[in-house]
Amino acid sequence: MDARIFQELRAIVGKSGLITSPEDLRTYECDGLTNFRVMPRAVLLPDSTEQVQAILRVSHREKIPFVARGSGTGLSGGALPVENGIVIVLTRMNRILEVDLPNARMVVEPGVFNLDVTGRVQSQEFFYAPDPSSQSVCSIGGNVAENAGGAHCLKYGFTTTHVLGLEVALPDGSLIHLGGKTLDAPGYDLAGVFVGSEGTLGIATKIILRIVKRPECVQTLLAAFPSTNEAGAAVSGIIAARILPAAIEMMDNLAIRAAEAAVHANYPNCGGLLLVELDGPTAEVEAQMCQVIEICRAKDSVEIHLAQSEAERALVWKGRKAAFAAMGRLSPNYIIQDGVIPRTALPRVMSEIERLSKEADLRVANVFHAGDGNLHPLVLYDKRIPGQEHAAEALSNRIMELCIAAGGSITGEHGVGEDKKMIMSKMFSEPDLDTMQRVRCAFDPLQLSNPTKVFPRPRLCGEKLGEYVAHPLETAGTAERF
Amino acid sequence: MRAASTADGVPGHQPSIVVEPGNEQELAAALRLANEANLAVIPRGGGTKLSWGNPPARADLILSTARLDKIIEHVWADLTVTLEAGCTLQKLQDTLSRHGERLALDALWPERATIGGVVSTNDSGALRLRFGSLRDLIIGVTVALPDGTLASSGGKVVKNVAGYDLPKLMTGALGTLGVITRAIFRLHPLPKIARTVSASMGNLEAAQRALHAVQNSKLAHTAMQVRAAEDAAPETDVLFEGTDAGLAAQETHLKKLLAPASVAEAPPSVWNARQELWSPSHSAAIVKFTVLPADIANKVEIVRRVAGGHQIRWKVVVEATGIGWLRLDGSPDHLHSALQDLRAELERGVGALVVLHRPAGIAPLDAWGNVGDALPLMRAVKQQFDPKSTLNPGRFVGGI
Repeated sequence: MDARIFQELRAIVGKSGLITSPEDLRTYECDGLTNFRVMPRAVLLPDSTEQVQAILRVSHREKIPFVARGSGTGLSGGALPVENGIVIVLTRMNRILEVDLPNARMVVEPGVFNLDVTGRVQSQEFFYAPDPSSQSVCSIGGNVAENAGGAHCLKYGFTTTHVLGLEVALPDGSLIHLGGKTLDAPGYDLAGVFVGSEGTLGIATKIILRIVKRPECVQTLLAAFPSTNEAGAAVSGIIAARILPAAIEMMDNLAIRAAEAAVHANYPNCGGLLLVELDGPTAEVEAQMCQVIEICRAKDSVEIHLAQSEAERALVWKGRKAAFAAMGRLSPNYIIQDGVIPRTALPRVMSEIERLSKEADLRVANVFHAGDGNLHPLVLYDKRIPGQEHAAEALSNRIMELCIAAGGSITGEHGVGEDKKMIMSKMFSEPDLDTMQRVRCAFDPLQLSNPTKVFPRPRLCGEKLGEYVAHPLETAGTAERF
Repeated sequence: MRAASTADGVPGHQPSIVVEPGNEQELAAALRLANEANLAVIPRGGGTKLSWGNPPARADLILSTARLDKIIEHVWADLTVTLEAGCTLQKLQDTLSRHGERLALDALWPERATIGGVVSTNDSGALRLRFGSLRDLIIGVTVALPDGTLASSGGKVVKNVAGYDLPKLMTGALGTLGVITRAIFRLHPLPKIARTVSASMGNLEAAQRALHAVQNSKLAHTAMQVRAAEDAAPETDVLFEGTDAGLAAQETHLKKLLAPASVAEAPPSVWNARQELWSPSHSAAIVKFTVLPADIANKVEIVRRVAGGHQIRWKVVVEATGIGWLRLDGSPDHLHSALQDLRAELERGVGALVVLHRPAGIAPLDAWGNVGDALPLMRAVKQQFDPKSTLNPGRFVGGI
C-alpha cells in the first residue's frame, strides 16, 4: 500500500477515521482470541454506509484484503487482521434508525451494542432475544457475522431467526438489500446465508431486526446435583416431559466455584448445577415449573431453589454470564472451547472429558447450554510451566474431536474464524467445503473479505470440481453422511 | 428410469424421461449425466407444487425422489430427525407422533407433499407465528449438484455455526441450485392440549385491531389468522397449545381483549382454510402475498377494491406474520390485469405478490415480481451451482 492509497482512504473517512501508527494499530491486532495476533496496515473507522462503500471500492481496485470488526469480542479470531490488509471498524455506525413497535421491527446500524437494542424498547415491554454473554459490549454487526447465540436461543432461536433483512456492502463496494421487513422476499434466502458467514461475504451496513414481546412470567430455578451425570439426566427428563424451557444451563463444580468467587451468585457448592428458566403465561409457567421441580427431585437433586425476586434472578444470571472471565480466579490461563454434541451424548462425552483431563493432568471446567448440547469446556493451565500451554491446546483439540465423533459440531456460537478452520475438514468433506465456497465465489470472487478465515484452504473461483468423493470417516464406516 | 407419460407433464412441456433413483449416489450420478447431455431436469417429489414459479423454459427429464422415502434416524431424546427427501410430510409426522413429537410445520397437502418439495418451495402455514418457518426448523441438508457433487452442510445438532448455512440457501430455491436428497430437522413436542377459538369481527379494521391487541399482549398463542371474502365478514382464529390450566387462563384473557366481539370455540378445521383455497382451482388464480403485520387490513381493503374493479370474486387467509393467501375467481383477462394492479399496489409498500396458481387461458405473467437489487448476486450464485442452467431452467426469479 503506497502513500497515494492512504491519502485516498483518508479523504474518505477523514483524519480521525484512519489509524496507521503502529502503537494505535496494536489495539486492533487481535479480537477476543488473543493468542493470534496480526498487525494490519491500516484501520478505518467509517461512519456511514457511503464511506464503507467508498473504502471497499478502493480495496477492490487495489486488491487489498479487508476484515470487518465490531467490538472485537469474538472468540474465534474472526476479526483477526490479515497480513497486508486493512481493518474496517464499524463502531461509529451505531445509530438505531427505526423502531417500529406495531410490527415488532427495529432497523439498526452494525455498531449498535446488542443490549442497547433491548434497552431502547424495554419500557414498551419488548426485548431482542439473542443474548450472548458479551451482550453489554458486543455489536449487532458482529452478532450477524457470527450468528451469535446465547442462553435463551434454546427457545427463541439464534441471531439468524431474528434478522429479517440486511443492507450489505459487497466486496466490490456495491450495495444490495437482502430479505426485508416483510417475510419471504422472492428469491434465494441470501440473508440466511449471510448471517453466520463470519465476515467473508461482505459488510452489513444496516440490519432489520425482529423484537419480541416480554413474556408475562419468568421463573428461574437453581437445582444442585451430586454430579453432572444426574444433572444431565434431569435435562433429558425435562425435554422428555415436552417442556421447552427458555434456557437450561449447566455448570460443574469448578465452574461453580469460579463464578461464586467472582460474583457471589449464591450458587450451592455441588458437583453439577442446573439453571432452568421457564417463561410464558403465568398459569402455564407455574404448572410446568412444578413438573421441572419433580423431575429434578426424581433425578436426585440435593437442593432446589426458585429465585424469589427479579434481583435474585439477575444475580443467578450474572454468575452464569461471568463464568468465563471468572476462570482467571482459578488459573492464570485458560482456553475457552465451544463444541456441540447431541444432548443424549452428554454423559458419555462428559466422562471422556474427565478421563482426558486426568490423563493430561490439567483441570477442565465445564459450562454448558445444556438444553441444546452446546458445551463450553474451559481448559485451565499455567503458561509459565514449560509445555503446559501446548498440552492444554492438545487437550482442547481432543475435546473437539469428541464432539465430532459424537455427531456434533466444532462450534455452536463462537464461530470457526481463524481458530478452527483447520478442523473444518474433520467435520466436513472436501466436496462439502467446496460447495460452501461456491457461495463465497458468488459474493466475493476476488476473495478480499476476511479471506483467510473459516475454510482450511481457499477455492479458486471458477475451479472445476470433480464428482462426489467419500469422506475418509465415511469409508472407514465411523461416520455417515447427514 | 422410464419413458414419461402425459401424467408427468409440467406447465408448457412434456418431458421425455422419468428417472427414479434408489439412493442419493444414484441420484447425483443421474443428475450429472443429464447435465452432461444438456438435458433440462425437473426435480419432483410429490408433484403437488410443480406449477409454482414460472413455467420452465425447457423440461426433458423428471428426476423423482419417490424411492428416497426413508426416515433415517429419529432421535426423539434429541428432538431431531434425519430423513430422505422423498418421504412425505404425513409419513414423517406419523412416525414422530409415536414419541410425542412433530415437525412444527403445517405445509399444504401433507399426505402427498414430500420433504424435499416442501423445503424447496418454502411452504409453511399459520404455525409459523410460534415456531418459525422451514429456515428455523431445518438444521442440515444434503444436496446433489448438476456436476454430480453430493454435499452436506449443517448437521445433526440444533446449535451449529460451522460453515455457511446452506440449508437456508436451499430453502425456497425451488430446486434451481441442487436437488435435496436428505434433510435434518429440529423437532418440537406435540402439545398436550390444543384449542382453537374464533371471533367474527364485523369489518377489516376491527380484525386488524384484534390482531394487534393479541400480538401486543402477553398471550402465548401458537397461531393466528384472519379469514375474509367479498361476501363474508372477517373471522379471526387463534390457536392455543399447552396445559389445561394454562389454556383456560389464556382464553379468559383473550375474551377480554377482543370484547365486545364474541369469542367461541372453533373446530381445528379452520386451519385448513389456506389449503381449501385450492379446491377446485382450474379457473382461479391463487397468490401468496406478504405485508407488514400492522398493515393487513389496509392491504386486504386494496384486494377488495382491485377485485371489485375487475368483477372478480375473492377469498383470503392472512396469517398474523403478514403472509397472505388469496384466491381470485374471474375471467382470465380480468384476473391478469387485477394481479398486475395488485402487485403494483403491494410492491409500492414493502410487500410482494407471488403467483402460485394460474387459471387456464391466462396470458403470461411473471410469478415473482420485483426481486430488488440482489438479483445479480442471485444469478451469480446460480452460475456457481448450476452454470448450464440444467435445473428447473427459467422457473425462478429473474429467469433463473
